[in-house]
Amino acid sequence: MIRIEPREPSALTNVAVPVGAAVISLGLAAVPLALAGADILAAFALMWGGVFGSLFAFTETLTRATPLILTGLAAAVAFRARLWNIGGEGQLYLGALAAVAIGSGAVAGPAWVLLPLVMVAGALAGAAALVLPAWLKTRFGADEVVTTLLLNFVILLFVQMMLEGPLQDPMGMGWPQSAPVVEEATLPQLLDRMRLHAGLLVGLAAAVILHGVMTRTTWGLRMRAVGENAPAARHAGIPVTRTLLWVAVLSGALAGLAGVGEVAGLKGYLTADLSPGYGYAGIVVAMLARLSPLGVVLAALFVAAVFVGADTMSRAIGVSSYLADLVVATSLLTVLVGGFVARYRVVRVRTGEARQ
Amino acid sequence: MIEILEILANPNFWAATIRIATPLVFGVLGALLCERAGVLNLGIEGIFTAGAMAGWMAAWLGAGLWGGVLVAAVAGGLFGLLHAVLTVPLGLSQHVSGLGVTLLATSVAYFGYRTALPDVSSPPRIEPFPPLDVPLLSELPFFGPALFQHTALTWLALGMVVVVWWVMTRTPLGLAIRAVGDNPDAVDAQGLSVYGLRIGAVMAGSALMAVGGAFLTMAAFDAFFFGMVNGRGWICIALVIFASWRPWKALFGALLFGAFDAFQVRLQTAFGEEVPGQLFLMTPYILSIIALVVAARRADYPRALLAPWFKGQR
Repeated sequence: MIRIEPREPSALTNVAVPVGAAVISLGLAAVPLALAGADILAAFALMWGGVFGSLFAFTETLTRATPLILTGLAAAVAFRARLWNIGGEGQLYLGALAAVAIGSGAVAGPAWVLLPLVMVAGALAGAAALVLPAWLKTRFGADEVVTTLLLNFVILLFVQMMLEGPLQDPMGMGWPQSAPVVEEATLPQLLDRMRLHAGLLVGLAAAVILHGVMTRTTWGLRMRAVGENAPAARHAGIPVTRTLLWVAVLSGALAGLAGVGEVAGLKGYLTADLSPGYGYAGIVVAMLARLSPLGVVLAALFVAAVFVGADTMSRAIGVSSYLADLVVATSLLTVLVGGFVARYRVVRVRTGEARQ
Repeated sequence: MIEILEILANPNFWAATIRIATPLVFGVLGALLCERAGVLNLGIEGIFTAGAMAGWMAAWLGAGLWGGVLVAAVAGGLFGLLHAVLTVPLGLSQHVSGLGVTLLATSVAYFGYRTALPDVSSPPRIEPFPPLDVPLLSELPFFGPALFQHTALTWLALGMVVVVWWVMTRTPLGLAIRAVGDNPDAVDAQGLSVYGLRIGAVMAGSALMAVGGAFLTMAAFDAFFFGMVNGRGWICIALVIFASWRPWKALFGALLFGAFDAFQVRLQTAFGEEVPGQLFLMTPYILSIIALVVAARRADYPRALLAPWFKGQR
């Protein structure tokens, strides 16, 4: 007879579990690689080279990590308070839409006015996209998992509608894309001739600030209390509904900023295929980071490296780059199981015979 | 106004309603089985995709149409087993595990498709399930084309409503499944296996979801496309709440949804000039959200839904 009983996770497991999950999920990639008939070692070498092979390769990984840091933080903040925000993808798109609505020539001004304005607008748009489902949850009890998921589809269609309507680039030869973001609203590049942009600094700053807020402030404590036990938090006098709505504002704003960075820092204009699922990948990032804001930065780097490495490998030897999605999905499930190993132990219970 | 009446008077509209509802019936029944046993299965969107891809691929490789459906069901059951092992004996977060299964099943389907067919630009087609003409009835004016010219999978969906309803309300097994979603301690005290019942229900439910996906590639269309599931799984999760976890209401909810969806497609052709098409395409998702909000107030969730249960621990 065996029984499962809880134990205190040690400090080491907080690091060992995500690292182990990352290593195991990469190792498991050998299975699909073998099934695809590829030379496994060569494929891994190509992936490594695609990430660390040159300064350009590495900055590409950092560029790819930038939106993932922000969507990862968005998921981490919300999940801490047990607000299941699966709508990061939609919030990202709404943030990007607000950025081009203001930053593509509709408003003129110097960079020190226009750039903050674009970022605030994108953050507010992202926040609005999550406050609605959060309100539906607190007011009507409508499950926010389903509403945020469904809103992703609604928002993407809305973005397409805008890109074929009021926000379409008049010079775009009829393509469904926005006019380019004006220079004063563009996030500066960090290195010459590289695509890396100041959105990375926004993400890093957000991670540090959130770490401080979550560990050092009353508000952070309230947020975690609501997540751990909402009835007890309410009993202790914490305004649960208000806390949840503010968490929604913060989480949605972070995802919205990810969208701002992609249009104002990287692409320069908005199309309906701006994000290859950064909102969903942000959930994996947050879980790999075990919901720690600083951990999100490292987890985002890992996920970005998997995507960039798989792209390079795919171009070279023709194995589908969906391999990256496989690795990322496996890492999510592995870190989940790892968390279980850290939190519980299996004990043998005596059933008459001698104890083992 | 005339346009609306014309739409409703056309048997094609009613046939489309049933065609759109069919995969949702499988999906809602599957979600219902899982949730009645106490397990939320957010793997549904990915299991739909995996079922669509596996069933179609098997048929394309020559397993036959019913062989394809069987392969889809087995694939769904296996992903269900993964979700069940993570959430039932291990008691891990049903939200996170479900999303993980969706990501995994989707990427397995896409990677498998791309690996098997690296260079195709237009997807290969299979000979899909043909419409079955019900003798005599299919000859009826209006009712014939509307109701009696559907594929075997639509009739299977209807049959599954009856089977799930009968099992859940009329058999000891159904009683046990419902009890394990409401009060697992009581089931354990009866000497029944909580783990076994939950794992079995999640596997059966996931198999149904995958058959819903297979309907898309093997009856509604004849090929597999990326992104073809397009949120249908999530809509089922909303519909099962709307249906209060009851099979007949699930059928009703899916048909109602199918009618709205078929209606918006036809409005789109009638008014597409003046109104952007995306507004019409949004309506199914917005309707699902509204249905969820309306149903949430009186929703009588299975009491042990989302709550992990460990043997020997109260």
